[in-house]
Amino acid sequence: MRNSDEPLSPERQGLRDQLAEGYQMIGKSPIKVDAMAKVTGQTMFADDLSMPRMLHCKILRSHVAYARILSIDTSAAEALPGVIAVLTGAAMPIPFGILPVSQDEHALCLDRVRFVGDPVVAVAAVDEETAFEAIQRIHVEYEKLEPVFDPTTAIENKQEPLHDYGDDGNVHKRVSMEFGEVEEAFAAADLVLEDTMFFEGNTHLPMEQHASLAWREADGRLTIQSSTQTPHYLHKAMSKVLEMPPSRVRVIACPNGGGFGGKSDPFNHEIVVAKLALMTNRPVKIALTREEVFYCHRGRHPVLMHVKTGFRKDGSMTGMHFQSLLDGGGYGSYGVASTYYTGALQTVTYKVPAYRFDGVRCFTNKPPCGPKRGHGTPQPRFALEVQLDKAAVALGLDPADLRLRTLHPAGGITANWLQVGSMGLGPCIEKVVEASGWKDKWGKLPAGKGVGLACSSYISGAGLPIYWNAMPHSGVTVQLDRGGGVAVFCGETDIGQGSDTVLAMVVAEVLGVDLADIRLTVADTHTTPVDLGSYSSRVTVMMGHAAFQAAERAREVVARSVAKRLEVPAVRLRFAENRVFDVQDPENGMPFPKAVQVAEAEHGTIAMAGSYTPPASPGKYRGAGVGPSPAYSYSAAVVQVDVDLETGVVAVEKIWVAHDVGQSINEMLVIGQVEGGVYMGLGEALMEEMSYRSNRFGVHKIPSMLEYKSPTTHEMPPVETFLIESPDPNGPFGAKEVGQGPLLPMMPAVANAVFDAVGVRVDEVPVTPDKVLKAMQAKDKRYGPKSFPDLRITETMRVKTLEQGGDGTAPRPPRAEKQEVKSS
Amino acid sequence: MKPATEPDSPARSKVQMILRVNGESHDVAFVPHKTLLEVLREDMRLTGTKHGCELGECGTCTILVDGVPRLSCLMLGLESDGHDIRTIEGMAGACGAHPLQTAFAELGAAQCGYCTPGFLLAAEAVLARDPTPSRATLVEELGGNLCRCTGYLKIYEAIELAAARMQKGTPDA
Repeated sequence: MRNSDEPLSPERQGLRDQLAEGYQMIGKSPIKVDAMAKVTGQTMFADDLSMPRMLHCKILRSHVAYARILSIDTSAAEALPGVIAVLTGAAMPIPFGILPVSQDEHALCLDRVRFVGDPVVAVAAVDEETAFEAIQRIHVEYEKLEPVFDPTTAIENKQEPLHDYGDDGNVHKRVSMEFGEVEEAFAAADLVLEDTMFFEGNTHLPMEQHASLAWREADGRLTIQSSTQTPHYLHKAMSKVLEMPPSRVRVIACPNGGGFGGKSDPFNHEIVVAKLALMTNRPVKIALTREEVFYCHRGRHPVLMHVKTGFRKDGSMTGMHFQSLLDGGGYGSYGVASTYYTGALQTVTYKVPAYRFDGVRCFTNKPPCGPKRGHGTPQPRFALEVQLDKAAVALGLDPADLRLRTLHPAGGITANWLQVGSMGLGPCIEKVVEASGWKDKWGKLPAGKGVGLACSSYISGAGLPIYWNAMPHSGVTVQLDRGGGVAVFCGETDIGQGSDTVLAMVVAEVLGVDLADIRLTVADTHTTPVDLGSYSSRVTVMMGHAAFQAAERAREVVARSVAKRLEVPAVRLRFAENRVFDVQDPENGMPFPKAVQVAEAEHGTIAMAGSYTPPASPGKYRGAGVGPSPAYSYSAAVVQVDVDLETGVVAVEKIWVAHDVGQSINEMLVIGQVEGGVYMGLGEALMEEMSYRSNRFGVHKIPSMLEYKSPTTHEMPPVETFLIESPDPNGPFGAKEVGQGPLLPMMPAVANAVFDAVGVRVDEVPVTPDKVLKAMQAKDKRYGPKSFPDLRITETMRVKTLEQGGDGTAPRPPRAEKQEVKSS
Repeated sequence: MKPATEPDSPARSKVQMILRVNGESHDVAFVPHKTLLEVLREDMRLTGTKHGCELGECGTCTILVDGVPRLSCLMLGLESDGHDIRTIEGMAGACGAHPLQTAFAELGAAQCGYCTPGFLLAAEAVLARDPTPSRATLVEELGGNLCRCTGYLKIYEAIELAAARMQKGTPDA
């Protein structure tokens, strides 16, 4: 848990010895600390909250995709009995946004609307029905502008730009960087493949719609309880827009009824209810409808991709040139980071000696895209893993063997300067190959049946925070009380993944107490140390380290006093089963509460803090902030399908998945994350898509849970899960992420299985029956995009790789920019 | 903002009804066009019943009406007259949690927990009809309940575990 070689105190050495003797908690599967509340309906989600005198808020949203606001007439709404306040954008002119480089949103639109669903006017009324009636009485006069709905048109820059910032016109962000000599690499290859692929956008679809309740405290402070994954960033945005010092704004994140990235942005409705609460001096609540959640979106970017890769005869790669064009929607959101992420992690699974990435994100008049589980990496992963399958076929190799031969080495640095730590992809592939009977199935099943293999990797937390600062990414306070209770405070937010339980288990492991003795206070900016939020698969690693450090410091104080009292060296003390005792004479000890009392008598109140900052990354070039992580997880999956030759319907029969998690903290929760990721990936692979009517001004085609198809029990096949555990030096107890990585192999594995079953390539996600049929009827036995536009790259940043003797910097930065995006 | 002298409340007349919920009779007044979901959540503060779409598409608001799973978002509160309503709040008794609840907790069948009340009540109805349901039965019977976290697998396992325990008469061991 520490990097330095300085000798440990006897108390800390005692903890190391205790852990080396075997874990009490880690790796086991106690029930989640919040499980009983959830199964009895006692968990209070944001919309379950209410307060006396509470008002209800509704937001009037734009019904046009792109227009100037000429006038807003709210008089009829204000005249409606029961309406208490009407709010327009003029009252909140300060912009906000998740990234410092794209502060381009307003809580309510000021002068322009940029997509159907953009918020324009808000009403607070005595009940929801009155608020709804009121927004229908508001008249907004629009001057329609010519909208743009796809990035291949947007990049031409013929429309009025959506924003007055960005790289040019509707090009929000343009990136180009080359590591090593890609053209030389292609010249040295035995086989060069070029593929154009498309990954359609899709959305998180959490079961809980976003809701928020805000009120002004008697002393003038503002409090909001909200379904957010990132209370810290909401705190910053609210403080900025409402012009209140952060110390007087309190954000409490409720347990999220599913997030998946969809509750990671600070949202306009959160700021709106806060403003209305300040205006009316009454609590104000908003609960979005399902349709509104579809328009809030911030989900998977549609990405058109072109990938050119050189292969040697043995399947190893000589170099890769990856291009991506992202359809960003109406606002920045996490988009700059998303753009970089479509080019960041291609290099951490297999050895790519030379690598070039060009990426462009365009603004379009649709709901903004952002981070969904896998953030920016499932799209390129799909393209890469499908192309590897094609390469294997072209080279006469087994796709599993090809991958095993070209794995990136553990502990190595990639061409784009990412530091790989532990790397268990090889064992993952071997496990699923063996369990699925791959060798007897691939290329050998009867027509219509097939198997496909794909792999992936994901970050265990972003190496850099979203806004530049040198402070820790996670903090935890542990406070011991005389009764033996342990109060733990942390800003982390449980969105269903079980982070509360991970927090409690880490502390319980160190202090040897029962989970029931631990009381958590989480996700509250007034009372808990900052944790940056539940995004980028960062919580277990970062919070876990901080919790370990805080608990270790508390344990040290207790051990010092108990050692004196028992007259044994502190190094011999063990904390287990709610006791502190001499490991050489276990009878010589005392109950944990007594130990706390002894220590408190000597040292005073025991409250210790711990925190965590990720290690520095070797990459120093501009844009190197996206991709680094303390550790990378790895996954491999085999999918078996049955394709109906008449209808093109793809039925998934079984999935085998292996995930290198480093070390499970709670094995049951890890498997739950794997299965959930597999499920969500399967939905993306087969059916989920955000689609809009461009001929009807960008209206969402299917903003309902019935018509936006997602897998039901009928579509979910059996899944066999294998965990590969080889502790990572950078993880707490060796743990790495599991929340996002296992989703990624699903889409390419399904596409590859369809090829094995019916011999056609669907180079597009989702793999729907019509596409399979069209591919079967096509001369080239393929369905997918035919061309890739010129990204108009004028300058490429060139960075020498480690092999070339580089030092991680770019010798000649192309040009100065306003502000650098650190990460997400 | 308006001066305090103006009428600030719309006139909405309420109906008064006795609702039989979780074995108890409740005298409830509510606006007559409210759905049962809204009456439970807003007028009775039984917020354990969740909503995912309020259009009958997701199964999240499932409750039991006379033992039969119903979508409370598609029923008016008025329609519950004379019926026995069971919500998640009525599932655990004084002597502890229902075996389904225990099994869901033990096996991690509740991740975010938002769809969980609906699944638990739907599962209770399944077990009432078929104490040892096959996996195929569960797939069929739970096809109307969406879960975005678990991929349904832990939910099946938890129902099967609870069913086995209920058969043996050992609620949670």
